[in-house]
Amino acid sequence: MNVKTEPLAINMGPLHPSTHGVFRMLAVLDGEVIVDLEPVFGYLHRGIEKLAEEKTYKQVIPLTDRLDYVSSMSNNLVYVLAVEKLAGIEVPERAQHIRVIMAELQRIASHLMAIGTWANDLGTFFTPFMYMFREREKIIDLFEMVSGQRLLYNYLRFGGLSHDLPDEFLPAVRKLLKVMPGYLNEYEELLKENEIVLARSMGIGVLPEELAINASASGPVLRGSGVKWDIRKVDPYSLYQHFDFDIPTGITGDSYDRYRVRLEEIRQSLHIIDQATQDLPAGEVKSKVPLNLRPPRGEAYSHIEAPRGELGCYVVSDGSTNPYRFHIRAPSLINLTCLKDMVMGLKIADAIVTFGSIDICMAEVDR
Amino acid sequence: MTNPTEAEVITAIREVFGEGAAKLDDRSGILVPVDMWLRVATYLCKDRGFNYLGDLTAIDYKDHFEILYRIISLEKNQSLLIRVESTDREHPEAPSVITIWRGADFMEREVYDLMGIDFLGRSPLRRIFLWEGFEGYPLRKDFSL
Repeated sequence: MNVKTEPLAINMGPLHPSTHGVFRMLAVLDGEVIVDLEPVFGYLHRGIEKLAEEKTYKQVIPLTDRLDYVSSMSNNLVYVLAVEKLAGIEVPERAQHIRVIMAELQRIASHLMAIGTWANDLGTFFTPFMYMFREREKIIDLFEMVSGQRLLYNYLRFGGLSHDLPDEFLPAVRKLLKVMPGYLNEYEELLKENEIVLARSMGIGVLPEELAINASASGPVLRGSGVKWDIRKVDPYSLYQHFDFDIPTGITGDSYDRYRVRLEEIRQSLHIIDQATQDLPAGEVKSKVPLNLRPPRGEAYSHIEAPRGELGCYVVSDGSTNPYRFHIRAPSLINLTCLKDMVMGLKIADAIVTFGSIDICMAEVDR
Repeated sequence: MTNPTEAEVITAIREVFGEGAAKLDDRSGILVPVDMWLRVATYLCKDRGFNYLGDLTAIDYKDHFEILYRIISLEKNQSLLIRVESTDREHPEAPSVITIWRGADFMEREVYDLMGIDFLGRSPLRRIFLWEGFEGYPLRKDFSL
C-alpha cells in the first residue's frame, strides 16, 4: 500500500516559540522536518518612531526604555549619544565611566536572561534559568539603587545621568565582581559539557560567516559565526577605547557557539566593570543642558554594541523642540532575517532552540 | 571606524558610471540618483568592499522622500552614508538591494510598511508590523496621530 504524504503548514504562536514574546512562526513541515518557515510579528508594534516625533527630546528617553525592555540602559545610551552628537553636548568623565558600568551590567543581565531562557528551550527545564535569575536579580537590585526602577530605568540624561551613584552602589558592585566568576564556573559545569545541551545545540541552527555578514547580523549572532566585529572596538563611544577587553568569537556559527560567545562576553564585561570602578574619576555627573532642548538643524547617527547586537539611533532635527525623525536600527529584527536559512531541514524542536539562541526581544522587533 | 574620503569614492563612482552618478551632499554622505543606485550599489559592494548593510531607513521631507543606506566595509572598518531621493509623492519607488545585501529584506519591508516606499525587483512587499488592510503609512508627515 502506498502511503500518501503531504506537507503540513502549522502556526506556532502568536506566543508559543517558546515565549520569548508575542511571535508567530508559520512553519511548513514534512513529517517533523521544516521545509519552509516564515516569522510573523508586529503584535507589539506601538509606533514608537512616530510617537517620538510628537514629544520633546527629553520626553523620548522614557520611550526608548520600552524598545528593548530587557536592556533599557543600552537603549537610553544610544539615544542620548545621538542627541549629544546632534546638539554638541559634552559629557563629564565621571558620567561616561558610570555609563560604561551601567551598559556592561546591563549586558550581563541580558545575557544571563538569554542563556537561561535558551537552556529552557533546550529542555533543561527551569533549573539553569533559576540559577541565572539568581544573579540577574543582584544586578536588577543595583539598577534599582541608582534609578529607583527595576526594569525601565530612565537613568541617562543628555550630558550625563539623572543622579550620581548612591554610596552603597560601589561596594555592592565590588561584591558582585567578587562572586560572579565563581557563579560563571558553576554555569560552565552545568552546561558546557552537558549531554542535553551538546546533543541539542551543536551543529543546530548554523549561520555561515558569509551569510551572517551579507544578512547584516550583529552582536553575538555575528560573532558566533566567527566575525570579530564589536562596535565597542571598531567605533568606540563613551571611553571604551580606554578599557582593555577581548572579543570572543565562535567557529561554526551554531547555537552552541552563540551560547559560548555570550558566556565569554559576561567575563569580559566583568573585566570592564572592574577597570571602570577602579579608576572612577570624581566630579560632576551632568553638564548644563537647557531643559527644553532645541538642537540645531541637522542629523546624527550613533550606534552602540547592545547585548543583542548593533543598536543604532538616527535623529533628525529641524530646529524645533521635538525630533523631525527618530529611527532605531533594531538588532533583534535584523538578526531574524536568516532564521529561515538557519532552520531549513531541521526538526521542528530545533527551530525553537535556534530561535532562542538568536536572543531577540519582541518589543524591539516590533517597536 | 573611519570614513573614507567621500570625494575619493565619488571620483571612483564617476569614473565608472559617469558624471551624474554621485554628488556630495551638503549635510554628509553621497547623493546617488535613484535610477543608477542599483548599479552603484553593486559596484560599492563587490569592488569597493562595502559588504555589510548597517542600516536602511527613509525620511519624509514633504516634497520628497529620502532613503538612507549606511554601508560598512568590515575589512577596512569604513562606513559610508548613501542618500537616494524618491520624488513621486503618490508612488515613491526605489530599486531593492536585497540581491546585494540580504540584510535589506526586513528593513525594506519596514520602510514599505511605515513610509510607503515601494522597492522594486524583489518578491512583492507586504506589511511587516501593521496588518494587511491598514490604510496609510504612519511615518509620513501627512499621517497625523
